Amino acid sequence: MIPDTLKQQLAARIAHAVTNREAAVDVMKELQRHYGWLTDEAAEAAAELLGLTPLQVEELATFYEMIYRRPVGKRVVHICDSISCWAMGGESLMAHLTAKLGVEPGGTTADGMFTLLPCCCLGNCGEAPTLMIGDTLYGRVTPERGEEILSKARETAATVPEGPGTPQEEENV
Amino acid sequence: MEQPLFRHNRPGRCVTFVEYRAEGGFAALEKALAGMSPNDVQQVVIDSGLRGRGGAGFPTGKKWSFVPRDIPGPRYLICNCDEMEPGTYKDRVLLEANPYSLVEGMTLAAYAIGVAHAFIFIRRGYEEAAENCRRAIAEAKAAGLLGENILGTGFSLELDVHQSAGRYICGEETALMNALEGKRANPRAKPPFPAVKGLWGRPTVVNNVETLANIPAIVANGAAWFKGLARIPEAAGMKLFCVSGHVNNTACFELPLGMTLGEIIDGPCGGMLPGREFKACIPGGASTPFFTKAHWNVPMDFDTVAKAGSRLGTGGIVVFDQNTCMVAATLNLVAFYARESCGWCTPCREGLPFVQDVLARIEAGEGREEHIGILREHVQYLNYAFCPLAPGAMGPVEGLLRLFEDEIREHIVLGRCPLGGK
Repeated sequence: MIPDTLKQQLAARIAHAVTNREAAVDVMKELQRHYGWLTDEAAEAAAELLGLTPLQVEELATFYEMIYRRPVGKRVVHICDSISCWAMGGESLMAHLTAKLGVEPGGTTADGMFTLLPCCCLGNCGEAPTLMIGDTLYGRVTPERGEEILSKARETAATVPEGPGTPQEEENV
Repeated sequence: MEQPLFRHNRPGRCVTFVEYRAEGGFAALEKALAGMSPNDVQQVVIDSGLRGRGGAGFPTGKKWSFVPRDIPGPRYLICNCDEMEPGTYKDRVLLEANPYSLVEGMTLAAYAIGVAHAFIFIRRGYEEAAENCRRAIAEAKAAGLLGENILGTGFSLELDVHQSAGRYICGEETALMNALEGKRANPRAKPPFPAVKGLWGRPTVVNNVETLANIPAIVANGAAWFKGLARIPEAAGMKLFCVSGHVNNTACFELPLGMTLGEIIDGPCGGMLPGREFKACIPGGASTPFFTKAHWNVPMDFDTVAKAGSRLGTGGIVVFDQNTCMVAATLNLVAFYARESCGWCTPCREGLPFVQDVLARIEAGEGREEHIGILREHVQYLNYAFCPLAPGAMGPVEGLLRLFEDEIREHIVLGRCPLGGK
């Protein structure tokens, strides 16, 4: 069940929209913040709030890169694989982190801590290679620095139980 | 060198509302609302020669002029900040340093077009930029510069921030309107063009962040002043160039349009990294055909870059050194577009993965001579796609075939990448 306060907050967002479904992305994001990913229950709740069918919500949810329709780790690590990061060693970073964490790109670590996702340009090309955890961007991430960032993220995640999308550390770009 | 966009910037932090105001911020809005008709505002933008900074370079004032003014009911203005073109980060830098020029520029544009409700569409991951916009909107409202009855003139504008959840196609203007309406962001057929039938079926103008942020300075200082900022007579204004790759100083610079590629790389970029030589670059974001040393003296403006076989695009320059394999670079670019294809039309959905596969084979040393012809054919075929995504994706492939055919053939003859895939 969605907590009443969240439900009221979402209803207020929808009330501000020109049409109900204009608020769809915000509603999905908030529900995902609550559940960690967009669960079936969350998708149905979103549909009910927005006056859409669950299928219409599904159509949106599967479209966006940052809406997770499958369970993810406590922290989702997005690693840019676009051209500027590629030119500056992004492939080595990805290879190093997948090896360290023992997951394939797209996979979640056995302890449920990290989901590692290759992603398209994060708009931080001058500081390549780049990765993003939650909403926090990290630039000039060498393989070694990437490892450090992940171990710090692991420490903070232990004390802050919320799911992905929660900004954790100071901006560090 | 005058910098209409960066002149308010403070090192390491965002300029404040009070500082922006003290430096003449919102004076252009006061000037326009006090003594200019909406048509006057549109005319000065037309006369300034301002062209869209989001990639296509369409004349901004002309775009506004397509909006019919005699149809009753609402019209909309959308600022496109879905900046997801690889190699492009100028709009983020701009909004992290100063959201006020955008808010003022949007208010001026809304006044010119007769818009009462406008949106800033921001990509995911640009949290600070979005936060700055929200704060700037609240501050402008509190000062009577936005919202109901602006400066007591009876003109009102509601400005909202919409944050997306990440998908490149949302930057295509018709897909963006679907996204904003809460629909799956597939592009729409054109015509009808957004100026006639856009957001919620209403006349709509979509402009890039940088384009709109230039409007206050144009209104304040006039068309001739803006034109004069450029280095060459046929260009107009300054441009944000955001540079990445193998140069010393990878940053976003506000420079006169018409500076040559070489001047940008050797000047503000501080030249190539130690021990590296310039081999090629992408001149304006991921969809633009490569430039090589032969293009070193090309003035960076819309028409001059187009004449030289590429596009100025977004101004996102990605520089490659002598060890970069151009087949591998093109493969990376095409792979991006294949993944970001929305799947709506067959040429894009099926064609891009096919082209990606051919390039991957060549890069892996499994290429055959006939692959070159196949790639060449697909540069044509993918023009049949529904929207500009697939033709854009083939920009680098076209450049690869035209400028680096020998390098492709070397892969095929050797049966491996001569540069070790980097």
